[in-house]
Amino acid sequence: MATQNEELATLSDYKYGFKDDVKYTFRSRKGLNAEVITELSHMKGEPQWMLDFRLKALEIFNKKPMPTWGGEINLDFDEITYYTRPSDKTEGNWDDVPADIKNTFDKLGIPEAERKFLAGVGAQYESEMVYHSVQKHLEEQGVIFLSSDDGLRQYPELFREHFGKVIPATDNKFAACNSAVWSGGSFVYVPKGVKVEMPLQAYFRLNAEGTGQFERTLIIVDEGAQVHYVEGCTAPTYSRDSFHSGVIEIIVKKNARCRYSTIQNWSNNVYNLVTQRAVVHEGATMEWVDANLGSKLTMKYPSCYLVGEGAHGEILSMAFAGPGQHQDTGGKIIHGAPNTSSKITSKSISRAGGRASYRGLLKVYKGAHGAKSSVVCDALLIDDKSRSDTYPYIEIDEDDVTIGHEASVSKVGEDQLFYLMSRGLSQEEATSMVVSGFIEPLVKELPMEYAIEMNRLIALQMEGSVG
Amino acid sequence: MVPVLEIRNLHVSVEDKPILKGVNLTVKQGEVHALMGPNGTGKSTLAYALMGHPNYTVTAGQVIFKGVDLLELEPDERSRLGLFLAFQYPVAIPGVSVANFLRTAINSRRRAANPEDKGIPIPEFRKLLRAKLDLLQMSHDFAGRYLNEGFSGGEKKRAEILQLATLEPDIAVLDETDSGLDIDALRIVASGVNMLAGPSLGVLVITHYQRILNYIKPQFVHIMLDGRIVESGGADLALHLEEQGYDWVREKYPEKAEN
Repeated sequence: MATQNEELATLSDYKYGFKDDVKYTFRSRKGLNAEVITELSHMKGEPQWMLDFRLKALEIFNKKPMPTWGGEINLDFDEITYYTRPSDKTEGNWDDVPADIKNTFDKLGIPEAERKFLAGVGAQYESEMVYHSVQKHLEEQGVIFLSSDDGLRQYPELFREHFGKVIPATDNKFAACNSAVWSGGSFVYVPKGVKVEMPLQAYFRLNAEGTGQFERTLIIVDEGAQVHYVEGCTAPTYSRDSFHSGVIEIIVKKNARCRYSTIQNWSNNVYNLVTQRAVVHEGATMEWVDANLGSKLTMKYPSCYLVGEGAHGEILSMAFAGPGQHQDTGGKIIHGAPNTSSKITSKSISRAGGRASYRGLLKVYKGAHGAKSSVVCDALLIDDKSRSDTYPYIEIDEDDVTIGHEASVSKVGEDQLFYLMSRGLSQEEATSMVVSGFIEPLVKELPMEYAIEMNRLIALQMEGSVG
Repeated sequence: MVPVLEIRNLHVSVEDKPILKGVNLTVKQGEVHALMGPNGTGKSTLAYALMGHPNYTVTAGQVIFKGVDLLELEPDERSRLGLFLAFQYPVAIPGVSVANFLRTAINSRRRAANPEDKGIPIPEFRKLLRAKLDLLQMSHDFAGRYLNEGFSGGEKKRAEILQLATLEPDIAVLDETDSGLDIDALRIVASGVNMLAGPSLGVLVITHYQRILNYIKPQFVHIMLDGRIVESGGADLALHLEEQGYDWVREKYPEKAEN
């Protein structure tokens, strides 16, 4: 039996690495400055308050230092193209989407998935949503599912009331960057008591080299309502780095329920620096399912601010770090009200020199009595070259709390492989099986279609992983 | 031709320490052999070496299985050729159900035989697995449990026998399958083996104690001492051990007993 550390092949071909030769309507000059921002804001026909917001955010971005923790960011901000406009309008019918772009989403299976099991789809290509549609019956119940640009145009008051409130531009350097140059993303409003049974899906595609994508998503789930939002993302592989920095703001009102699932599969030249946060009100539940398989570096810590009594927050985080990848992921839970509860489950896999870090914050404010939380972080190392780190921060200012924290690091054992191989599985199949078993508790939380997709992606990641 | 496992003058070291010092043994499909001996004489080493565990280094000798040089093959290839090892300490694979595992194992075999194979259809697999569970009087719920995770000693051994029943090898080595079992569990496991033993399966039962041989009747009994088989005989040899213990063997082969 060849030892696992030998002959570690490079990652199998990234399946989504194809690129299109698309004629863009507009592509801004490289770099981020007031001129670029003013130009894109005018092009979008935005109100003055939004332009002011953007320019203020630019100042913040320029002032804020780079984070001194997390991953290594060797990104030349002046070499990025911050705004690329693929078409002038978000269509509600795939046939109206420019053929090249529609072709891409066909290859990614989006229209097909929409027909089969989705309540609505948004598709973003570079900086703009090229397609956005929601099922008629949901629209009739008052469900809004639009691109954020259309949300701002069509529901200016609702939009302005919540925009930038959960994540202000001052939050961190990348949130400031997004606030300055945001474009696309989804605007979702689910009215009181409406339960959207099937998922809404947004799909993000980066195509051109050295491009930035800064989608901005705002989700408002009104009292007693329910929604599951799923995002997926891919890009072609280039030698030059691209930059994705989304901001996702979610408001879960009293007794409402929101689940936000991410299957992140960027190519290995994308810096993925994302801020995601939900404010969770009385009796409401927020669940983040965050799977990071792609990108060069991901820094992303979905957060729940439990501000109402009895609010519940859950974060399921899964990271897969292969050659040249660093996944710095985890989550944050803030208990700011009595009898709130939370759970963080993190599973990371590192192989062939990849690095996975769990970074989490659990904070309980004084007065949040009866708060309950459990944090479980498990890391699986496939070989000796790979790395796993855990940075759990716990700050408890209240005495009446129940907190549990467990962390484990395991290696795929020679004995496990030998056992499985003695039943006829090849070494690769055996390794894959140990890995899929490791993430099973998380995958089973996904709707079936995504669970299948996830297992397939893991198998692809594992292909050629052993000699 | 009947499948034969032929072990010739096998020498095996673990971390440069010689453990097996020239084992000769032939097991044919349809036969039941028992390999007995005191602890630490190399019985389990033989089992692991036959299956190809990377920590067990063959320094001399040959193993021919179905006319193929077994030692040239990886463990998965040995398995697909028709060799099976029931582990003394089965390994837990968290998150992988017994059913998922067995289906993958069956599909690996099918794909090795025919790269175009699409795998066993799920309804067919379910039927097969249910039949095997029924044969071994095991609950159908067992299929949904994570492999060996949180299993009792008896459940682990029964899971091994379920795998044996499902994968249908030509020759099975049962490594101390009786260890850690109470008498009821032992009886259940042994009756499973008896159901499977027959013209299409050869069995090598490795055991320290005679008691499993009250339930599984071997035609051939071998005694191992210090890495060699020193006595071979019929079922009566096991009875002799039962009455006399291993001391007479040590006395008969003093130079081996000292090591």
